[in-house]
Amino acid sequence: MNFLLLLFVSMITGNIALTYFLGLCPFVSMSKKVEVATGMGFAVTLVMVITATSNYLINTYILIPLGIQFLQFLVFIVTIATIVQILEIYIDRYAPLLYASFGLFLPLITVNCSILGVSLLMNLRSYTLMETVVFSLGSGLGWLLAIVTMGALRRRLAFSAPLKGLGDTGITAILAGIMAMAFMGFSGVGR
Amino acid sequence: MSQNKMELFKEGLWENNPIFRMALGLCSTLAVTNLLFNTLIMAAAVTVTLILNSIIIAALRNIIPEKIRMVSYMIITSALVIIIDMIIKILYPEISKQLGPYVALIITNCIIMGRAEAFAINNPVFESFIDAVSIGLGYSLSLISLAIVRELLGFGTLLGYSITKDLFAPFTLLSIPPGAFFMLGIFILIVNTISSKKGGKK
Repeated sequence: MNFLLLLFVSMITGNIALTYFLGLCPFVSMSKKVEVATGMGFAVTLVMVITATSNYLINTYILIPLGIQFLQFLVFIVTIATIVQILEIYIDRYAPLLYASFGLFLPLITVNCSILGVSLLMNLRSYTLMETVVFSLGSGLGWLLAIVTMGALRRRLAFSAPLKGLGDTGITAILAGIMAMAFMGFSGVGR
Repeated sequence: MSQNKMELFKEGLWENNPIFRMALGLCSTLAVTNLLFNTLIMAAAVTVTLILNSIIIAALRNIIPEKIRMVSYMIITSALVIIIDMIIKILYPEISKQLGPYVALIITNCIIMGRAEAFAINNPVFESFIDAVSIGLGYSLSLISLAIVRELLGFGTLLGYSITKDLFAPFTLLSIPPGAFFMLGIFILIVNTISSKKGGKK
């Protein structure tokens, strides 16, 4: 598969937040402010690329030769938790400025289903190493794009009066639906 | 005390309904609800995992060191999910393929982690069991109601049997991702409206 196409598909038409519904909990709870959404988006992208790549390597060179693929889920999630922990310590030590801007979000990412989801999807679709890197980068950027757009949309909500009963979550869901339709509009390009 | 437990039970079903009130565990909710049968399997899988997870964590609550409790939850949950995934793969290989990554994603379902952290870690086994059952039922019922509407209007079928197919053209929007978001919004609107009316009467 063409890498550029894969990047585009994973970012737009196969957006993990809007078509695969991954990472929706933070997508709803952290998109109130654009700044917070941006920080979270970058943190997710970074962690996604690193974890998907390491999970690919662990899966190909350790789990499959040993014949213990049934432990995949357990190994994947432990890898993710470990990497996030190491990343947090490392960024805090060597890049305090960066840490101040998104270090806060790192612990939350461990339980973000988009991270585990991307590792599982790359495994289900049996991507190669390069494809995994491109796919996880595209997915991360796609998630970033979706949450930042949502943050911007929700800021505009201050000037309008949606139905009261919808609450924060309800109106976010409706907005996400409209956004999903817009993203799907590109689907002719990906095929 | 039994009064108390009933309250606890009702809370999970309505006031603390994980999906419509707390907006937790949305990933699987939206992804699998376009077909009712897949939804039933998914709801059962989540409920069973939630119940077993809460029981195990409540039983081990005095042994789990506070600092590594998150990792402990995760390991317990993933072990349970591996078993459940295997069972689904054996019983319903086709459904397992359709559900794709979502069964494994039960591991990171915020409902399970949330109940472990908010309830099971501080409460005895039996209370945690009741709590898990009520939250699990709340989750399942929400999923099933979403799925019924989406399958009926989106495909004109229920559990694969044609019902309204001949009456009107299926409303395809509901079976694709954007429709899931719209339905979720509408359901939240309904639930919020009903409970604010209830609150007003009191």
